[in-house]
Amino acid sequence: MKFSENWLREWVNPALDSDSLDEQLSLAGLEIDGREAAAGDFTGVVIGEILSAEPHPNADKLQVCSVTDGTETVTVVCGAPNARAGLKTAFARIGAVLPGNFKIKKAKLRDVESFGMLSSEQELGLSESHDGIMELPANAPVGKDIRDYLQLDDQIFDVDLTPNRSDCLSIVGLARELGVLNKMSVTQPVFNHIAATIDDQPKITLEAPIACPRYLGRIIRDVNIQATTPLWMQEKLRRGGIRSLDPVVDITNYVMLELGQPLHAFDLANISGGITVRFAKESEALTLLNGTALTLKSDNLVIADEQKILALAGIMGGEASGCNEITQDLMLEVAYFDPLSLAGKARGYGLHTDASHRFERGVDFKLQERAMERATELLLEITGGKPGPITEAVSEENLPVRQPVTLRKARLEQLLAIRLDDAEVNDILTRLGLEVTDTGAAWVAQVPSYRFDISIEEDLIEEVARIYGYGNLPVKAPMANLIIQSHPEGKINPRKIRELLISRGYQEAITYSFIDPKWSLIFDPNNEPLALANPISTELSVMRTSLLPGLAKALSHNQKRQQPRVRLFETGLRFIKQADQSLEQEPMLAGLISGSRFQEGWASKTEEVDFYDIKGDLEALIDLGNQSERWQFRVASNPALHPGQSAEIFYLQDDGSLVAAGWIGALHPQLMKSLDLRGKVFVFEVTLASITQGQVPNFKAVSRFPEMRRDLALVIDVELPIGQLLQEARIQGGEWLQKVTLFDVYQGKGVEEGKKSLALGLTWQHPSRTLTDEEINTQINQVVTAFSQGYAAELRS
Amino acid sequence: MDNLSSLTVEGQPLQEWVNQALVKVTQTSDSQTLDQLRVNYLGKKSDLTSLLKTLGKLPAEERPKAGDEINQAKQQIQTALNARKEALDSAALNARLAAESIDITLPGRGQAIGGLHPVTRTINRIEDFFSSIGFTVAEGPEVEDNYHNFEALNIPAHHPARAMHDTFYFNADTLLRTHTSPVQVREMENKQPPIRIICPGRVYRCDSDMTHSPMFHQVEGLLIDENISFADLKGILQQFLRAFFEQDLKVRFRPSYFPFTEPSIEVDVDRGDGRWLEVLGCGMVHPRVLEMSGIDPEKYTGFAFGMGVERFAMLRYGVDDLRQFFDNDIKFLSQLS
Repeated sequence: MKFSENWLREWVNPALDSDSLDEQLSLAGLEIDGREAAAGDFTGVVIGEILSAEPHPNADKLQVCSVTDGTETVTVVCGAPNARAGLKTAFARIGAVLPGNFKIKKAKLRDVESFGMLSSEQELGLSESHDGIMELPANAPVGKDIRDYLQLDDQIFDVDLTPNRSDCLSIVGLARELGVLNKMSVTQPVFNHIAATIDDQPKITLEAPIACPRYLGRIIRDVNIQATTPLWMQEKLRRGGIRSLDPVVDITNYVMLELGQPLHAFDLANISGGITVRFAKESEALTLLNGTALTLKSDNLVIADEQKILALAGIMGGEASGCNEITQDLMLEVAYFDPLSLAGKARGYGLHTDASHRFERGVDFKLQERAMERATELLLEITGGKPGPITEAVSEENLPVRQPVTLRKARLEQLLAIRLDDAEVNDILTRLGLEVTDTGAAWVAQVPSYRFDISIEEDLIEEVARIYGYGNLPVKAPMANLIIQSHPEGKINPRKIRELLISRGYQEAITYSFIDPKWSLIFDPNNEPLALANPISTELSVMRTSLLPGLAKALSHNQKRQQPRVRLFETGLRFIKQADQSLEQEPMLAGLISGSRFQEGWASKTEEVDFYDIKGDLEALIDLGNQSERWQFRVASNPALHPGQSAEIFYLQDDGSLVAAGWIGALHPQLMKSLDLRGKVFVFEVTLASITQGQVPNFKAVSRFPEMRRDLALVIDVELPIGQLLQEARIQGGEWLQKVTLFDVYQGKGVEEGKKSLALGLTWQHPSRTLTDEEINTQINQVVTAFSQGYAAELRS
Repeated sequence: MDNLSSLTVEGQPLQEWVNQALVKVTQTSDSQTLDQLRVNYLGKKSDLTSLLKTLGKLPAEERPKAGDEINQAKQQIQTALNARKEALDSAALNARLAAESIDITLPGRGQAIGGLHPVTRTINRIEDFFSSIGFTVAEGPEVEDNYHNFEALNIPAHHPARAMHDTFYFNADTLLRTHTSPVQVREMENKQPPIRIICPGRVYRCDSDMTHSPMFHQVEGLLIDENISFADLKGILQQFLRAFFEQDLKVRFRPSYFPFTEPSIEVDVDRGDGRWLEVLGCGMVHPRVLEMSGIDPEKYTGFAFGMGVERFAMLRYGVDDLRQFFDNDIKFLSQLS
């Protein structure tokens, strides 16, 4: 909310400059978001009167005016169409400086000398309006400095109020706070009762008394809507961020800014019969003042007459019932609407008005009569008219009830860690408008009707702390019960996983958890993703079922920016709908590599990555857990992966069951093509739960006896997975077999078509003696026999 | 000695013969020739050895002197041979070292290091500060229900505060968490105080522009125990901010409003340029929030705080556009890792 600093100071004027006022309000929880000068920086502009205005002899659009500043009469050439004899306006004399350091000098315009300039509001930095030069009232004192006349040495404060502080959505409310903070008394708003001069009264029926427990109406006849809103009011409205329209609207807005009570004026001629405050019927129609046509819902509170809906209660008036330039008779509405009943309704139609903002947060439910009298008083002053008596419809039992709130002194001391002086607490609460009774151990406070945020003890503690000043409250070093946290050593910290990948050249990525449904379908056609009801765009509209689409998208981003070498990993949740409609949110780890194996350099030729690079990285991660024997890579088919270069990964649990842990492989060429990815791309994705499992190392004595190694050269069928042979060798090698090393795989010249050769090294060692050749030979024969019988492997000479 | 000596080798006086041998040794430039000379001069078949064998023929009184002379001759040659060998070896080593020298300015070989995402880096730092004073890390689901994201935090339906959270919904009851506070709720539901946790994670708001990302990260913290006061909150956060920014910065506590805390506070810092920057929100846990999760607000009090990780990363590392965090541009990431 914007407000004029000067206006606030009319109510309470502490000895603080603008900066200090800004800080004081912010530190009391009324955050000042911004400040700007009420007018541009200018000097030397006074009220001038145009004595005569004649057409310029050499220019159609210019006039030659004779202007007086009260002491001197000079010639001024002016291009504004509204320059006319008798008009009082802003006159920048020779020597004046306008915003932007624009100095006014004697000038010659089309051969006519001009001594000064007549100015528009825009030229003085007052507004964007440039419909000609300023039009000041006839009684404006000629010669007076315009800054003084319009009190332009003022600042516009923009206060960003939290939703609990609706009591400060007015000058009165802000003044009250400022009074409390500075321990100063505050000017109280005038409250004159206006005597009725006519008998006309609206008939008002409250059909929805919970939503609208109080509604005041007053008929005012013979209003001159053509009257001009006084400049002082226009200025206060302008500085409050509200554009001046016509005097009736201006006055209702003015009272809202002053007191915090939104009002509305209907053209009486457009009302048929009595007023009813009710909920809309489903699909009833209403066109708002701003031209928006609505189809209403049954939870929309409306103001209606006997034939139609007049207004969307507490949000905006209807077009058909509003005032216009020929309005003569008004019905003024001042109501209290229940915040909960209005909450979210304006937003439901994409609306947000000054009225809805206030009603949703809570308007003082005792303010209506005062606001009605204030608006009437101003109307009579500005537009004239004959007021009728106020008609009030009220449902007392549905008005808010303010229960007294107790604040225990001990609790206050405990929570703030300071013993405050009783008198000080008493003073703070009293100045805030609470009626306080000291019971010895506690205060009991009666809460005023304008506070919607005080109902429990903590609310009072907050008020006391806020006014006393958060900065003045004590500070303690944190005290902790020293309990050593357990860190299971067998569990691998995800930080260690990240570090390992980083040292293997991976860059951590963070991609959006919501992705494009097209990508989701391409990567994971078997899982229907969870879709957002209100996505920000289609590209970010379904929850990922895999981390791979995000990494692939990041790859695409980098490839488009000449970064073909990409090594990325990410950790995060995937979201998979289960058969029972529940959702599994599972932490995953995924990696992607593409481009050259190493950065381009002198030391080796540039080679593209392959499957075994990423497998090596994943195996390194697996080795962190000290139980690599529990992991298996199996040929399986995944629609996102190359069928010949991919594997499903399994993990053997303690209970002997094999669980799927993830996938590894090359992205499917078809998928690459449809996503416009280049090069070769290898990925893996595993559950974080599997990869963080590990076991605490278990020491075995290191043997002092020599190792014995035998190498085998074998020829096997090209289709046979070598992993099976390695596994077999481990089984058949006997209990002293330490290690099986695969040191060569070859296929091509010298090896029969359809076959491949491999070389294995087997190493044995006994813990307490030297093994004999005989023992080793027995074991190696066992291995060779198993190879030839089970796998048709031939020994190569 | 010369006048006493009557010993000769190949007709030459011994000393003369020795001197000639020494010249030859000194002039030798390869170790193979040097080895040959050693054999020739000192070996079993050498003249000197032969001479030694003739000692017995000398009269007994001359023998010791002649023996001495021969030994001295032997030693002189031996010393010269050793010195020459050492010189040749050292020259050979120097030559080898010179031949083997490489360009040490060439870059090293192997995998270049990657890096952490700046968000993770920042979260790690924040976690480390708090875990050093006994906080543990808690995590929770990102697809949440209305109750844990709002109701349990004292934000009923239609509360104006909900407008502050532009929420992504799946249906009326299921949403993407708008803060990590639901993790705190779940912790409180399952545990009695003392509770001391920190909850980092992804959060989501339906908003996207220069200063808003539809996904970002928060770290929230919660401390509940007996006798926790506003002073503890001030103390911890002040210390944390100074530790994080490694600066004795000015910290300001400003009243604010969050439905789940009371009093509620926003914390501003001034890093020395006279501008207050809002960095985190916090407050004493609202008694209704404690009650709803089954904790007795009369017995226990506590405070909660929350901060935007990207904001901290931006302030710390000077990043100026929030949206860059999720483009995953290698050039961006590798700078901040």
